[in-house]
Amino acid sequence: MYFVRRWSVRHAGKLSRVYRVFEALLFLSTPLLKLTGFSRLERPTRFIERGAKGLLFDCRMCGQCALTRTGLSCPMNCPKEMRNGPCGGVRPDGNCEVKPGMRCVWVEAWRGAARMGDLETIAGIEPPVDHRLWGRSSWLAVARERTEKKQAGDAKR
Amino acid sequence: MPNDDLSGAWTPTPRDNHSSRGRLERVLRSGRFAVTAELNPPDSANPQDVYDRALVLAQVCDAINATDASGANVHMSSVGISALLARAGYACVMQVSCRDRNRIAIQGDILGAAAMGVSNLLCLTGDGVQVGDQPDAKPVFDLDSISLLATVRRMRDDGEFLSGRKITTPPEMFLGAAANPFAPPYDFRPVRLAKKITAGAQFIQTNYCFDLPRLGEYMARVREMGLHEKCFILVGVGPLASARAARWIRSNVPGIHIPDPVITRLEGAEDQKAEGKRICVELIQQIREMDGIAGVHIMAYRQEELVASIVEESGILAARRLTAQAGAPRTGRGRHLGD
Ligand code: SF4
Repeated sequence: MYFVRRWSVRHAGKLSRVYRVFEALLFLSTPLLKLTGFSRLERPTRFIERGAKGLLFDCRMCGQCALTRTGLSCPMNCPKEMRNGPCGGVRPDGNCEVKPGMRCVWVEAWRGAARMGDLETIAGIEPPVDHRLWGRSSWLAVARERTEKKQAGDAKR
Repeated sequence: MPNDDLSGAWTPTPRDNHSSRGRLERVLRSGRFAVTAELNPPDSANPQDVYDRALVLAQVCDAINATDASGANVHMSSVGISALLARAGYACVMQVSCRDRNRIAIQGDILGAAAMGVSNLLCLTGDGVQVGDQPDAKPVFDLDSISLLATVRRMRDDGEFLSGRKITTPPEMFLGAAANPFAPPYDFRPVRLAKKITAGAQFIQTNYCFDLPRLGEYMARVREMGLHEKCFILVGVGPLASARAARWIRSNVPGIHIPDPVITRLEGAEDQKAEGKRICVELIQQIREMDGIAGVHIMAYRQEELVASIVEESGILAARRLTAQAGAPRTGRGRHLGD
């Protein structure tokens, strides 16, 4: 919902701290997730992720979440799906070129990043979207990738 | 949302020394104040229409921009126009927008364009389809301007497509991007410019400038960040045909900011068209005095015939001739990209 989404960005500072705790918990539970099997968890996780992030951020489930790098403003709500900053068409009042009734998601992102006290991360470059990942859980993807990385590291040692 | 490892930072390795040394690049590197101009693409399949329009621009500019369905209106394609121009020996800047084609089509077009002799590319995201003559079209936006820049750079420097597949003869391209210092969030704009440079932009053509104080603030930040030394910035200008046209543009074309005093000045003039041209000439003269600016990009929508006299009256070329006679670039304007 639009007003919840804007609330989330207004509280990006606190929310991102809550999320960091959540993130730590998720990684702690990775061995458990692995035991259960990632593929078996895909559906339920997707369900919860869609619900939570949908409510808070109007998440579109692109499957490759960028929220922590975009001030908690979901870039997939941009009609041009820009993932690297605002287009040149932002209106003088800060609203979107394509949807005049909506605040530009990057105007929001810049504010959110400021509230998170981090204007560095937002200056990084995002790769193009992998369109195969739409609808998949990005939480699980990250947890899985961590495990694989760790395994690879262990194997080397 | 824990995601930091999912995609990570996508940092293409910089190769600042790359050069395709087309005319535009040579002029910029020599420290001369460059002039580029936009060609209004014809709604026809006749090459002569392109040549007629190019002829009036070519005498006064270092490269001609071929727009890619700008404003989301269909015209002859930028690949087509660029190929025609290159064949006739004109230097051109091929604009590529992400609105109408996905990454497969775009990468192919870039190889095709390079094969036909195009050596300058301007990477754009593109206006939304809603502003054009076919608002019912599907917007693509598979890449954005920054991932497009990084893609072309990878093709050029690493000799591979986005998939990693090898390119036997990589495209030689001088890479450009757009910037709009006149749209919010203003303090994000220089950061975005820095991103574009990291992604591969070597030159920048900005949106129309009608607001010098705003440009001044932007450039101050750009200089602070040292960005003007990492790319060549050409500021966009253009003549307004009348106060009415200015109002219409302001409310209908995304991203063009025209302050009230400009419109009032047009309204008060007897001959509004002449006044619009005068404003443009004055802007160019003032922009030239600003530190860190490498040239101007003239966009004379449906008024191409004015471009030559705008450039003449602004005195840029005369100053360049003097520079050439003196045999050295003016101090403060000479910039050497990475060398
Ligand atoms: S104005 Fe903002 S939200 Fe709208 S298309 Fe441009 S970047 Fe996206």
